[in-house]
Amino acid sequence: MSEMWTAKLRNKWQKNLPIEKLLPDDQPAYVASWIYVFGVLTLSALAMIIASGIVLAFEGPAWYHTSDVGKFMNSLHFWSVQLFFVFMVIHLWGKYWMAAWRGNRFRTWATGALAFVASIATAFTGYLVQTNFDSQWISFEAKDGFNSVGIGAFFTVTNLGQMLLLHVAFLPLILGVITVIHVLMVRRRGVVPPIDAEPTPGSGA
Amino acid sequence: MSVSKEAKHAFDAAPWTGKTKRYDIVKEGSIAVALVAIVAIFLSLFLGSPDDTPLTFKGWAISNPDNFYATAVQELSGSSGTATYGAPYNKASDGLNVGPLWLQKWAGVTRPIDTVNEFVIAPLSTQVLSTEIASALATWKSAADSQKHDWAVAYDDAITKAEGKISTVPAGAYGPVPVLAQGLTDMAKGGALDAALLSQGGFFQTDNTKQILFFGDGAYLDEAGTTANLQGGTWGMMNETGRYPGQAWLWLYSFWYQIPPFNNENSKPIGANADAYIMVIMGIMSLGLILIPVIPGVRSLPLRIPIHRGIWRQYYDENGIKRRKK
Repeated sequence: MSEMWTAKLRNKWQKNLPIEKLLPDDQPAYVASWIYVFGVLTLSALAMIIASGIVLAFEGPAWYHTSDVGKFMNSLHFWSVQLFFVFMVIHLWGKYWMAAWRGNRFRTWATGALAFVASIATAFTGYLVQTNFDSQWISFEAKDGFNSVGIGAFFTVTNLGQMLLLHVAFLPLILGVITVIHVLMVRRRGVVPPIDAEPTPGSGA
Repeated sequence: MSVSKEAKHAFDAAPWTGKTKRYDIVKEGSIAVALVAIVAIFLSLFLGSPDDTPLTFKGWAISNPDNFYATAVQELSGSSGTATYGAPYNKASDGLNVGPLWLQKWAGVTRPIDTVNEFVIAPLSTQVLSTEIASALATWKSAADSQKHDWAVAYDDAITKAEGKISTVPAGAYGPVPVLAQGLTDMAKGGALDAALLSQGGFFQTDNTKQILFFGDGAYLDEAGTTANLQGGTWGMMNETGRYPGQAWLWLYSFWYQIPPFNNENSKPIGANADAYIMVIMGIMSLGLILIPVIPGVRSLPLRIPIHRGIWRQYYDENGIKRRKK
């Protein structure tokens, strides 16, 4: 039985990420700052982006130009993205000043930073599929950057169809997977202890 | 008490065995979603979102017919921005480079665009034409390539000398070019060019590349961008139309375009290839962000600058832990 891939995966999962770690009901007492809120706020804004994005996807990229409901959903999508980035940047800076990669948490940091980069790409394609003047302008201007390093040969910012598919399918999938891995890493490794905390009675360890 | 690096690492990595407190992760997540939803809904209801109507060729040809006309001639003569661009649209130039790396050229022509036929001749050919324009079109199609080129270049030069004022261009050996340019201008004024540029090749089309590039060859799009404060030289990359926030997260990308040598296209080699250099710089910086934990100096700053004393103030106070020099 132990040779089975399935059993190996299950055993590894149970060892590294038991349900108590995945859904904890306690946490270290040092987690006592507002800065910790911005991780979950980022995830919450992402949830709003996905929810409003799904509604927009059902009606197509031009719906919001002519429908009040569409306009509201587009606005919800727009502001959720703005909030998402505000929360994420604060979260990122907070984790930097905590040196949150300490104690085998490099991959937690790396997946978070990668999620930031993927978010920029996803948001960028979103601006390209607004089907308004801004889309026209951004696509014309941005093509030069991508073309200059050869990326424009296959990533065509002036191609609405390509950008739309990347924006609603491929990039959210990539961002979603990275985010899930990041959150699982956080749950597995736990919240990084304070800088200067030591394994002494005074530190509580 | 001094602790070895290894012991500190093992302590940071080990599961926390010290003081804990109750934590309802599901409740926290639910409250956070609710709060963000309320804020986002509030902002959406009261502020809406940007939606400036897209530009059209009709608007261009009506508001600035001379500029549209001159741009059409440039597409025929091969002097427009698109016609002289290089990869991925054509081989008219080598494109930009970063030192010995000619990535644009090496990536090749993957979206070939023939501005003469795809921007002017093909759209005109889709219309029911007047006798004059039909005749001009027939003359153009039956002429040798060198003859077409000579006509178009002569007329393009004459328009440039006349500073774009079409009515003041002297007569010359321009062949059917003036009639074709006027025909395309009239077609654009009637609103038929937008669809004709998009629909080339079939019923279903989702690629607006030709329209966008044609727009960019003239002054109409550029002037609209300037009016909306969207030009790259004025941080436009992170701006949005109206008074809405744009892609503020692109500030660092936009920053490079504001400083020398990147903001001087006459400065070689970097300014003249700013787009390529900035893309490479941002690629390296993005990689750097991901790799901060292994970059000496950058990874040590949080240990040296005591912002963490504020973040974990309660813990430090409760346990009487003083700051240690790094």
